[in-house]
Amino acid sequence: MPKMMYRDAVVTTIAEEMARDENVVCLGEDIVGGMGTPGGPEAIGGIWSTSTGLFGKFGADRVIDTPISESAIMGAAAGLALSGKRPIAELMFADFIGVSLDQIWNQLAKFRYMFGGKTKCPAVIRMAYGAGYNAAAQHSQAVHQILTGMPGLKVVMPSTPADVKGLLRTAIRDDDPVIFLEHKALYGMSGEVPDDPEYMIPFGHARLSRAGQDVTIVSTGLLLGFCEAVADRLAAEGIGCDVIDLRTTSPLDEETILDSVEVTGRLIVVDEAPPRCSLAGDICALVAEKAFAALKAPPLAVNPPHTPVPFARELESAYLPSVDKIEAAVRKVLAYR
Amino acid sequence: MQLSREALLRAYRQMKVIREFEERLHTDIQTGEIAGFTHLYCGQEAVAVGVCEHLSVEDKIVSTHRGHGHCLAKGCDVNGMMKEIWGSREGLCKGKGGSMHIADIDKGMLGANGIVGAGSPIAVGAGIACKIDGKGHVAITFSGDGACNQGTTFEAMNMAVVTKAATIFVFENNHYSEHTGFEYAVGTQRDIASRAEAFGMKVWRGDGTDFFSVFETMREVLEYVRTPGNGPAAVEFDTERFFGHFEGDPQRYRGPGELDRIREFRDCLKNFRKSVTDAGVLDHADLDALDAEVLEAIEESVRQAKAADRPTAEDVLTDVYISY
Ligand SMILES: Cc1ncc(C[n+]2csc(CCOP(=O)(O)OP(=O)(O)O)c2C)c(N)n1
Ligand SMILES: [Mg+2]
Repeated sequence: MPKMMYRDAVVTTIAEEMARDENVVCLGEDIVGGMGTPGGPEAIGGIWSTSTGLFGKFGADRVIDTPISESAIMGAAAGLALSGKRPIAELMFADFIGVSLDQIWNQLAKFRYMFGGKTKCPAVIRMAYGAGYNAAAQHSQAVHQILTGMPGLKVVMPSTPADVKGLLRTAIRDDDPVIFLEHKALYGMSGEVPDDPEYMIPFGHARLSRAGQDVTIVSTGLLLGFCEAVADRLAAEGIGCDVIDLRTTSPLDEETILDSVEVTGRLIVVDEAPPRCSLAGDICALVAEKAFAALKAPPLAVNPPHTPVPFARELESAYLPSVDKIEAAVRKVLAYR
Repeated sequence: MQLSREALLRAYRQMKVIREFEERLHTDIQTGEIAGFTHLYCGQEAVAVGVCEHLSVEDKIVSTHRGHGHCLAKGCDVNGMMKEIWGSREGLCKGKGGSMHIADIDKGMLGANGIVGAGSPIAVGAGIACKIDGKGHVAITFSGDGACNQGTTFEAMNMAVVTKAATIFVFENNHYSEHTGFEYAVGTQRDIASRAEAFGMKVWRGDGTDFFSVFETMREVLEYVRTPGNGPAAVEFDTERFFGHFEGDPQRYRGPGELDRIREFRDCLKNFRKSVTDAGVLDHADLDALDAEVLEAIEESVRQAKAADRPTAEDVLTDVYISY
């Protein structure tokens, strides 16, 4: 299998799908880059290099560089989707859902249901999320807990380049609106990626990235790698961890989580979003409800604190869950009783 | 030139402080010691200073991601700002906000802002407060040629008009929003002021690389908006940014020689120096003395920022009404 970076998996999958289906169109700020400048179109791509070369291949009608108008971008995606196109709209930072939320939440997400099933709404909303760059409170947030809580949306959080490929293709071919969350700190991650142009990963199927009998660790995105590191450390001591990569937070693969907890009896969920009303809290509740008898310790959620994301290096690293914090959480659950 | 010698020296010093603050950051960022995303204001100094030299602490400003110049011009402490950008707990926002979120409410500086277009609605609220208080104070929002395309900006302009808010929309057209040219992104034929006019505001235009153009234009704009009953106004200044969109931007969207050209012919500090020395109101020695003094002040701010206390893990949990 060829090796590829996470960001390149984004671009190549989009390019393959645009070549396959002429209804696929892209839109977003600076996705061409250089429009209306002396350097000209593609003088410089978007800030994440996740659309490089698309304009040259597919032209201005299908690769639409937009003004800074997130609400109109998301609304245009909704209108395109209702008009037979398959838009892939980019939000440069996930934090900017704040500007465009109505079009995502009250429009895109609700069309199919509100219209009594009379329409499809095949839109992909891609966005870069997450902390780690000292980009402070308005450019660092994990927003999956907000979007996962919205009926009508599917929410995808790939943790590896291969998963970007398989999940993004599924997202583009899906007939419902899909939120595709790309962690900014993973864009440079390299990994093997299947080159099968039909490679797809179905939504709602988690991936077991480490197998063990003693504790179940559930995560996704950037923090999945932290959990794997903890599992590898503990394996050296003979402690076995199941590490489950959710891949999609909506739909949620309950079965894989519950099956694992039936064996281990211990659960920690590691989540980059704030703790209240969180994905981690939700999964802990699920397990308490459906696997209560199997539990040997209370389920434990590992989140950042309930504060905005701080700027300074010392503050941001204290804010984010780390390998050490996750390891401490696992040991706490193991030591229970 | 109606300005006194003192006023001229002060304006020059303010612009020079911003210039050297930014030039120094540009250098220090290369070392990797400063974290985060930093957008430098270098090149646009005449706008911030030409506007803020008319303001008192009771007048409010709302800024952008490119906010250092606005903050300094409105009177934020140089050392407190440098410490903030270096992430110190002694910084103006205790190291929690950083470059994009510097604020000093006591100085009438209601915050830089990481969300493009977020500032204008806030300035409408502040402008309504000024109107209610009836003391002739104003609220000013700075927006770029990119921010002028945001729905929030349109809503703010209309709402300011219908509420007769004492709000001034200052558009700094530096021709680029990130990597995109305003000729592509602004539909009204290279013209932002006409949009504001269409919303029902009186508008002005000026040269944002010429302090005197900005200052004299703002004198009129402020006289108008400070007059009870008139409501908001807008002004567009044509200007230049000397560095990339953010530090690290390779700027391949620029034309050949563009940066040299704007540094040569569109530099507000050079233009100011030439005007005042040609007119014989100040001489080079006056300005050179200020240059040296400013450089030393910036050097001192960096010394302080490097030596200042660092925040600790406990600081994460403060300044929020509840934390878990
Ligand atoms: C809502 C929102 N959309 C996009 C961005 C990313 N972004 C930051 S600055 C910028 C360009 C702003 O251009 P302009 O308003 O002209 O200001 P300038 O950078 O030229 O000072 C963009 C797209 C953002 N911070 N917030
Ligand atoms: Mg601009």
